[in-house]
Amino acid sequence: MSGANDPYDPKQVAALSADALDAAVAAGVAAFDGAADLEALAAVRPAHLGDRAPVLLARRELGALPPAARKDAGQRVNAARVALTDTHAARLAVLEAERDERVLAEERVDVTLPFDRAPRGARHPLTTLQDRIADVFVGMGYEVAEGPELESEWLNFDALNTGPDHPARSLADTFFVAPEGSGLVLRTHTSPVQARTMLERTPPIYVVAPGRVYRTDELDATHTPVFHQVEGLAVDRGLTMAHLRGTLEALAKALFGDDAQIRWRPHFFPFTEPSAEFDVFFPEHRDGPQWVEWGGCGMVNPRVLTACGIDPEVYSGFAFGMGIERALQFRHGVGDMRDIVEGDVRFTRAFGVEQ
Amino acid sequence: MKVPVSWLSEHVDLPAGTGVEELDAVFVRQGLEVEEVLRVPETTGPLVVGRVLVIEELTGFKKPIRHVQVDVGDPEPQGIVCGARNFAVDDLVVVALPGAVLPGDFAIAARTTYGRVSDGMICSSRELGVGEDHDGILVLGRGTDGPAPGTPAGPVVGTDDVVFDLEVTTDRGYCMAIRGIAREVAGALGVDWRDPAAATPPAWPGEPAWTVEVADPARCDRFSVLAMEGLDPTAPSPWWLRRRLAQSGIRSISLAVDVTNLVMVELGQPMHAFDRDAVRGPVVVRTAAPGERLTTLDGVDRALDADDLLITDDSGPIGLAGVMGGASTEISGTTTAVLLEAAHWEPTGIARGVRRHKLPSEAAKRFERGTDPDVTVVALARAASLLAEHGGARVVGGVVDVDARAPRPQIVLDADRPARVAGIPISSDQVIDSLTTVGCTVGAEGGRLAVTPPSWRPDLTDPADLVEEVVRAVGYDEIPSVLPTVPPGRGLTPTQRRRRAVGRALAEAGYVEAPAYPFVGRTALEALGLPTEGLLTLRNPISEQEPALRTSLLPGLLATLARNLGRGQRDLAVFEHGAVFPPGDGAVAPLPAVDRRPDDETLAALLGAVPAQPWHVAVALAGNREPRGWWGPGRPAVWADAVQAARLVADAAGVELTVRAGDQAPWHPGRCAELLVGDTVVGHAGELHPRVCAALELPARTSVMELDVDALPDRPVAQGPAISAFPPVRMDAALVVAEDRPESAVRAALVSGAGELLEGLRLFDLYTGTQVGEGNRSLAYAFVFRAPDRTLTGEEAQAAFDAAVAAATQATGAVLRG
Repeated sequence: MSGANDPYDPKQVAALSADALDAAVAAGVAAFDGAADLEALAAVRPAHLGDRAPVLLARRELGALPPAARKDAGQRVNAARVALTDTHAARLAVLEAERDERVLAEERVDVTLPFDRAPRGARHPLTTLQDRIADVFVGMGYEVAEGPELESEWLNFDALNTGPDHPARSLADTFFVAPEGSGLVLRTHTSPVQARTMLERTPPIYVVAPGRVYRTDELDATHTPVFHQVEGLAVDRGLTMAHLRGTLEALAKALFGDDAQIRWRPHFFPFTEPSAEFDVFFPEHRDGPQWVEWGGCGMVNPRVLTACGIDPEVYSGFAFGMGIERALQFRHGVGDMRDIVEGDVRFTRAFGVEQ
Repeated sequence: MKVPVSWLSEHVDLPAGTGVEELDAVFVRQGLEVEEVLRVPETTGPLVVGRVLVIEELTGFKKPIRHVQVDVGDPEPQGIVCGARNFAVDDLVVVALPGAVLPGDFAIAARTTYGRVSDGMICSSRELGVGEDHDGILVLGRGTDGPAPGTPAGPVVGTDDVVFDLEVTTDRGYCMAIRGIAREVAGALGVDWRDPAAATPPAWPGEPAWTVEVADPARCDRFSVLAMEGLDPTAPSPWWLRRRLAQSGIRSISLAVDVTNLVMVELGQPMHAFDRDAVRGPVVVRTAAPGERLTTLDGVDRALDADDLLITDDSGPIGLAGVMGGASTEISGTTTAVLLEAAHWEPTGIARGVRRHKLPSEAAKRFERGTDPDVTVVALARAASLLAEHGGARVVGGVVDVDARAPRPQIVLDADRPARVAGIPISSDQVIDSLTTVGCTVGAEGGRLAVTPPSWRPDLTDPADLVEEVVRAVGYDEIPSVLPTVPPGRGLTPTQRRRRAVGRALAEAGYVEAPAYPFVGRTALEALGLPTEGLLTLRNPISEQEPALRTSLLPGLLATLARNLGRGQRDLAVFEHGAVFPPGDGAVAPLPAVDRRPDDETLAALLGAVPAQPWHVAVALAGNREPRGWWGPGRPAVWADAVQAARLVADAAGVELTVRAGDQAPWHPGRCAELLVGDTVVGHAGELHPRVCAALELPARTSVMELDVDALPDRPVAQGPAISAFPPVRMDAALVVAEDRPESAVRAALVSGAGELLEGLRLFDLYTGTQVGEGNRSLAYAFVFRAPDRTLTGEEAQAAFDAAVAAATQATGAVLRG
């Protein structure tokens, strides 16, 4: 090996010749390109880019050249080294890509496999539908009012202009709590919440009251002794039947689509006057667009306002109530009431967590 | 209320071409719900009126048979074989000629029978589908008193008639009569009609025919009686009368009874016919005396209540007023003299009697809704004329009319009130017109109307009632949609949001909501080891086996679980949340008057008598909590799932739950967790007692949780934690501790000993075995330490770790495992 101060000896620096470098590059390119896989590439690398590879050895000889020759030779050595490095890098990239592709292919899974490891739960559609209706009214500015299912007879009947001799106040219709004269019933409608609300709050009152109610019907395909209603009550100055209709229509459209409509039929309820039953036109009905009976409504009977301490000469009110089971039946095409009440998980799961 | 269109059109000038659909719409608009439209089944082919010319009795057969020559309008009479015997020569009958097809696909053809050719059939009411009579053929009349032979018979017998079955609401008793329906329809269509009650009764001469005393005028303000003699007890009800009753759903009994029923349906005035010769002495209307009994027309011997209003004579009760007559004075097959009675009764008393004696009669249905007190004598006159015409009876003596009617009070109505209620303009004239149409007398004075409702509308007592009449006349469809301006609300209350959050959390954790009826009985309570005494019970439960109200959700939820298992489900996780009904203090809820707000004391008593009804949540699990799959075997649901459900609930409610060993029915005594918030026990969770599983036929190791959501304290306002971005130090420790030391105690000691640098602590393994010694177990914890303001050094973390272990050692005897 020549030292830095050795005199220039062209014979000794033959490794810097253009031919020698070209040959070294050619050999390296051939070896790299010929490597079949990453292992082979790694195996041939030291011979062409390692410390003892010809191009690297040639570079060390540069110092032995006179300064005039050094620049030229240096450029050649560098170009040779870059050519080899680039070729190796390119081949490495190709081989790595091939390897990656192979490995990823090997790691392929069947993405269609079910992974229902966590069981699926659901809320009962009666619950979600009540929530949904409550939300519509909360959106309008109403609040959700509540009352007990076991209720005083006075709030369930008397306060709602249903006197002691009214047929509904019989053992044939209403569940009475023992002993006779306890003054307690299982509420037959959500309307006592109206009375409670009027006794507790002062107008303006805008509340909606979903809840469970009871009547002494046997369970069959169309009846259940335990069912659900949503009741609405508004008491304010200047409320009219037009406001009642507007409110019911807003609810109908929210639940049944923009094409839903409301129709009234005169009816009788002790706690409203005038009173009406209402039907909803439901375009998405399973059996084609049609009118479906849904609930009852009317202007709060001034006698009810009086019993609850609200001056009927100053305030007026409207109230409405509808069956949740009924809505569930026609909105979701449920044919048999028993499916709603029996708690079969297959039924409830069909409705998921939210409606 | 069944309304034949043919009967209606006798009183209303229905516009030509008024079809079923138009009438249907009218009824609905007037608030008379159409329950059903009944039509006579169709008859096709020739059906004509015939006149019987010759009857030849055929003999030698098993039963008497006639061969009849009938004039059907053709030059030659028609020969027909007939098995009925209730007709004579000259009678007008209905003949189905060959080619006719009667209801039930009954084709008529000429055929030979009993040795004669029968060229058609003489029909009964039932064969024509117009009635139930099948005892004989239908006789329309005699000779020239009826349609001519050959006349198409369909329209005559009403095969084209339509009957509307209407639901009449309890406030509108006047619509329980053709009279009232006719008024409604005429008013709605704006056409003329004739009030069948408008006829002036004749002035029957002579002294009142009977002595009548009304001892209780408050419950009977009018009682009218007319006596008749000379009734032919064998006279049949004419065909048209029987047909009207059949259309009204009333059975034909005898001429006298049928006539009173017809008048009831026509005028809305129920009547009663007594056998006059069975009535002993003066008739007295009074309430029952102690111990009195009455055998009613249905043959039932009834003990009477002091509240029962009676019609009596010298023998005692002869009728339960307004509800049902008595057997002793019933019209019989030999009755020739009758007392016709028509009265007006106070409605709620009648309703009480109906309920007490479980006797919902056609008469009571009308009386309890309220009848027209002005038509009692009109009804007597109408009945008398029919009995005279068809039964040969004649009125004897004058009418008895005990009349204590009070004048009807006026209602003062602001003329603009209907408009204010409806939200649309309604002129004063419109208001007056509408009220006049329904029969009110209206006097106007400035902006106020003085309205006297008609006698048949006891339901009209308040201005609001009049408003409804006006708006109904204007039409509910005229009212537009307007949204009120609602003041801003506050959204759901914390309680309401909590209930939703709890339900949603459980559903998202795989539980299916299954609400059950809240009725429970001894069997289920005993199986669960829950108290069976001291519960709130119902006087009239759906099932005598389940008379009580639940105090726990578990009986219902486990029944649901069992039902699902019975239907082939295996892996179940169900929940319910809802009210339970623990007994209150037994206070009686008062029933104050309703003419004003109850005073504060009464209101407090009223609200206080309603027992608190806390909102519970419960879960039940059976089978696998996680199913088996390609990932591995399933994981059975265990006690810990039930406890975890409680933690989910607490988490959803935003409160911290602590758990300790408990012992409570119906849980396994060694696998029952007591659930606490602070020091308050809010519920229990764990595995069911094996005896309970056996009794309810549930799978072994069924696990349940129940807690009182209302007992959870309010959710504290969550505070945002400081988040440190410095690196954590993780360390593990295995602690050997006696098996009877609860893990919660070890954990609590570790947490308190580790101090503020502890960010997380997790139990990652649990080991029992020889390596840790008999009676011990090893708890392996992973610690995460982190400082808020610097990178923690190993020494600092080690110091905290050592302090944690030392605290655990001190508190529980736990020893760090080498």
